Amino acid sequence: MPRLVSHPDEVKIVTRRFGQGAAQIDRYLELGGYEAVKKCLAQGPEWIVEEMKASGLRGRGGAGFSTGMKWSFVPKQSAKPKYIIVNGDESEPGTCKDHLIFLHDPHSVIEGTIIAGLAVGAKMGFIYLRGEYRYLLEKMERAVAEAYERGFLGKNIFGTEAEFQIVTQSGAGAYEVGEESALMESLEGKRGVPRIKPPFPAVVGLYGGPTVINNAETIATVPHVIAMGAAAYAAVGTPRNGGTRLFGISGHVERPGVYELPMGYNLKKMIYEVAGGVRGGRGLKAVVPGGSSTPVLLPEEIDIGMDFDQVGKAGSMLGSGGVVVIDDQTCIVEFAMRTISFYAHESCGWCIPCREGTDWLKKTLTRFHAGFGQPSDIDNIRYLAENMLGRTFCPLGDAAAMPTLGFVKKFRQEFEDHLHGKPCPYARAGVPQLTVV
Amino acid sequence: MGARVDRMSVEQKKSESMPVFSPELAARLDALVLKYPVKRSALVPMLLYAQDEVGYLSDAVLAEVARRIGISELDVRSVATYYSMLRFKPAGKFNVQVCTNISCMLRGGYEVYERFQEELGVAPKGVTPDGLFSLEEVECIGACCWAPAIQVNYDFHDELTAESVPGILDRYRNLAQNKEKNA
Repeated sequence: MPRLVSHPDEVKIVTRRFGQGAAQIDRYLELGGYEAVKKCLAQGPEWIVEEMKASGLRGRGGAGFSTGMKWSFVPKQSAKPKYIIVNGDESEPGTCKDHLIFLHDPHSVIEGTIIAGLAVGAKMGFIYLRGEYRYLLEKMERAVAEAYERGFLGKNIFGTEAEFQIVTQSGAGAYEVGEESALMESLEGKRGVPRIKPPFPAVVGLYGGPTVINNAETIATVPHVIAMGAAAYAAVGTPRNGGTRLFGISGHVERPGVYELPMGYNLKKMIYEVAGGVRGGRGLKAVVPGGSSTPVLLPEEIDIGMDFDQVGKAGSMLGSGGVVVIDDQTCIVEFAMRTISFYAHESCGWCIPCREGTDWLKKTLTRFHAGFGQPSDIDNIRYLAENMLGRTFCPLGDAAAMPTLGFVKKFRQEFEDHLHGKPCPYARAGVPQLTVV
Repeated sequence: MGARVDRMSVEQKKSESMPVFSPELAARLDALVLKYPVKRSALVPMLLYAQDEVGYLSDAVLAEVARRIGISELDVRSVATYYSMLRFKPAGKFNVQVCTNISCMLRGGYEVYERFQEELGVAPKGVTPDGLFSLEEVECIGACCWAPAIQVNYDFHDELTAESVPGILDRYRNLAQNKEKNA
């Protein structure tokens, strides 16, 4: 079972029911569950969308787009049915927050989905979990069945005229399906290849109908925003960055875990105080602030507030909130190689810059780390990555290129240390070293 | 055209005479296709659930899934080959999937992976001779804060060290033995 952690600086909003048996509907109701959706049924769609806008809640999947704005883009009238999709294909390396939400508070996802449906006039929602999360899908399915039994889902929900159905769905292993249009393709029973945009999902989405697709954490946050009020939620964070975030701190720290901290919480404090500092009293070498696709930060760059705007200003991204801490005995070239190997594996192969770019970067970095690097490789890596940026249909190409550029730019010396057949100076113990024959 | 119809009817007869799925799974899949506004939406989970029972996506499984969804077998193959959890040859009874992605790598994921290779005596993607275990390196499984983590079939094991490997394998060996005794 994933270990739950806590720290006095945490502001528990989304996680407040964690570890209290709220996966069971009676317990969820005892803890104030399904009150927010009743409030929404009374207040009507416009009020919900305005509350979401005022809350400053921004998409927790990584892009950080205003949730209220996203919902407001859905046309009021539509010939085709409208849909809500919950993106629980959580696959960004460094990210495991939705894992805990599905485990400890599946009803909050259901409640958030119903509220999203009420806001945009959709009668059906899909909760898509990655295939690896089978035990969590089973939790989710039990919760959905409970909600149907109580009349919270189906026709005439909560004794009103409103109808809302929820369908759960399993993926079968694909990072790319976390991209919204690729997820819709997968949900339609196809290969998870992204669609050309525009049209955006709010206009043409699942089965061609207007669709709202939100990250699972975003959806799980919605009932709390409604319950505590938009103004109170917004006040927890920083300007334009409302509320809290589930930060997953992993890697070389003393106390890794998922911590719910206010938006804008200082990254340095997060690592040294909340997560107990670098493991074994070692020095800090680098921090990946928001999942593997976000450019790396140096120790002197981490005295920043963790919200979308401040991390952006520091040259990286808040992304999925997965903070990966790297100590001073780690080889950055190996880290870069492992990161790009992942993207090469996950590229769907549709766009040439991504398919070829990730593969060549993987080959070059693998050779480089093995001690067969050439001086020209370093600039070639940059050249390859720069030519992927902005040249692909979906963000996977960028997600692979951006961190690679960061590693080469900020750790050039370490790349040069690998040249001329020198063995990796930071190799893990027990790993055989390749040398030039 | 006539020849094609003949072949189809032969295949249909074959599938009627030799059921590919257990009655339980067949009933589950019958219900699955009714969940969605469009039948085809059942395809990806159907493949996974079929694999859970049969062990892999054999030709017979692919043909049966195609029949159930009402699309061509080629179409099913095109989709199935996209998803990394779907496989086309048998794995071990317990498929050990070791995450070596960044968060796990930093906390010893490769050491865990290497220990599994030693203990099982198999290379990556290998199956033990008794068919009990198979081993593969996988990408991030969403357990980064409890790294290094693995999955054995769908069960997560987290906060591992290389030393915890033999114990995990013993647990599954015992599980298999107990099942045999009870059966």
